[in-house]
Amino acid sequence: MTTSSIDQAPLVRARNVHKAFHHVEVLKGIDLDVKAGEVVVILGPSGSGKSTFLRCINRLETIDKGSIFVDGEQIGYQLRNGKLQPLSNRAIATQRSKIGMVFQQFNLYPHMTVLQNVIEAPIGVHGRSRDEAITEARELLAKVGMSHKVNAYPRQLSGGQQQRVAIARALAIRPTLMLFDEPTSALDPELVGEVLTTMRSLADQGLTMIVVTHEIGFAREAADRVVFMDGGRVVEEGSPEAVLENPRHPRTRSFLSRFI
Amino acid sequence: MSTLSAPGKEEGARMDADLYDVARAHHPFRPGRLLLWVVVLAVAANFAYIVANNPNFGWPVVAAYFFDPTVIHGLYVTLGLTVVAMAIGIALGLLLAIARMSSDRLASSVSSLFIWFFRGTPLLVQLIFWYNLSTLFPEISIGIPFGPTFASWNTNDLISPVTAAIVGLALNEAAYMAEIIRGGLLSVDKGQAETAEAFGMTRARALRRIIIPQAMRSIVPPTGNQLISMIKATSLVSVIAMADLLYSVQSIYNRTFEVMPMLLVAVLWYLFITSILNVGQSAIERHYNRGERDAAVRKDDAAEKAVQQEDAR
Repeated sequence: MTTSSIDQAPLVRARNVHKAFHHVEVLKGIDLDVKAGEVVVILGPSGSGKSTFLRCINRLETIDKGSIFVDGEQIGYQLRNGKLQPLSNRAIATQRSKIGMVFQQFNLYPHMTVLQNVIEAPIGVHGRSRDEAITEARELLAKVGMSHKVNAYPRQLSGGQQQRVAIARALAIRPTLMLFDEPTSALDPELVGEVLTTMRSLADQGLTMIVVTHEIGFAREAADRVVFMDGGRVVEEGSPEAVLENPRHPRTRSFLSRFI
Repeated sequence: MSTLSAPGKEEGARMDADLYDVARAHHPFRPGRLLLWVVVLAVAANFAYIVANNPNFGWPVVAAYFFDPTVIHGLYVTLGLTVVAMAIGIALGLLLAIARMSSDRLASSVSSLFIWFFRGTPLLVQLIFWYNLSTLFPEISIGIPFGPTFASWNTNDLISPVTAAIVGLALNEAAYMAEIIRGGLLSVDKGQAETAEAFGMTRARALRRIIIPQAMRSIVPPTGNQLISMIKATSLVSVIAMADLLYSVQSIYNRTFEVMPMLLVAVLWYLFITSILNVGQSAIERHYNRGERDAAVRKDDAAEKAVQQEDAR
């Protein structure tokens, strides 16, 4: 095995990603590499395309141009006899099954209890035994501090609690990559902290994470790298210190000035 | 403070608090309301007395024929037709709804065409049409369009009154159920389908596990409606000589001329069945309402606050 070369290859590799909605260009050529174990925080004003880019990574949105690779596999397409073909829905589902996602609106399944939410994909998609899935789900729910609510329904929980369950649900598929799409934007201010604490502990454990957020504090404390997007392009990227303390680009500077 | 002290300053703040405590509030006695009850009950009792004592209703005849083998057989036919037509209607309706919502143009066009035709023509006409199919197509065969045929049957052998009734009722029902189910599927938050997709579920699994269970909340009530309509719609099959409940009481009163008592037999049976169905529908609705926060508690701000306060602790 040429493990050394695999280790060096990025887990996520996006090249020249373009995306338009009804002739409005939202992404205008995004290049981004994310190494295994890295925590990348994407910042940027509303409409900068950051959420759209995140959704392209697990093909919730298709892309018009460019390519995205996760763990060495091109998302949504395969090369066959030198020709690029779209993958079948089933093959795309398989690719997605290794990528965990946390949504702004939590999107828990309201008709299932907390525990059922967490074990749904491990049993139904990954074919794990019920006992194994339940044991693991209980561990994960303990990790996010939700052990006391395993049998509650999502609507009986606060927003922060729902989001922590959603994180446990995403972890339950043993993801190689976790995507967070503005995970705290729908929360009351006093509930943001509990979710960020959970996310920080995941970052410390070496999970590969791409986080779209407005939480500058989280970027400063947990990110290995900060990417600033504006107008469908990556304007600036680097270490949190470099981007947040000494932004080079005027648009980064004006964006950050609003948070000080 | 000045408004609070209205009942008299000498009573003091504690007395005021007791006076205004809503827990002590109760509705005043309203004599008009009581009178209304008495009048309505009197009218109802009088009506019941008249109905019970009017010999033209023929209650002894009703009692005599209520469990008559012909009537019971008709009841079985009605129930059987309802169950089979409804089951086929729901299954086919689900497929049509999914097809109509599919991004595949062929599937959605075929589904739309089906719904357009079967909702757009009277059920009675459809039943007569299926029953008389042989006049249009004396033979039914399977083969390649414009090509060779592999097998063929005489239409009259294939389409008996029973099959005509089932096909007619089921296809018509499927068109209505398709729209009910489609409405239900559309009522589910789009984020749910997206989440299921993001977690690598196939479309079929996402529908079965995530979307349909949530859609059921808005599918069940109109489906209960359809089921009750279907029980009564089966009475239309009497025109194609199916011996359903209505047909069997008709066959009796054509012989005995006791029209009203026999119709009452049928009416009472229809009411009995629909009453049972109402109970069943409530139970199903309760099942699909789970997760809707305490079903007994009204979903209002007070409840929301209570939940949040509990969380804060």
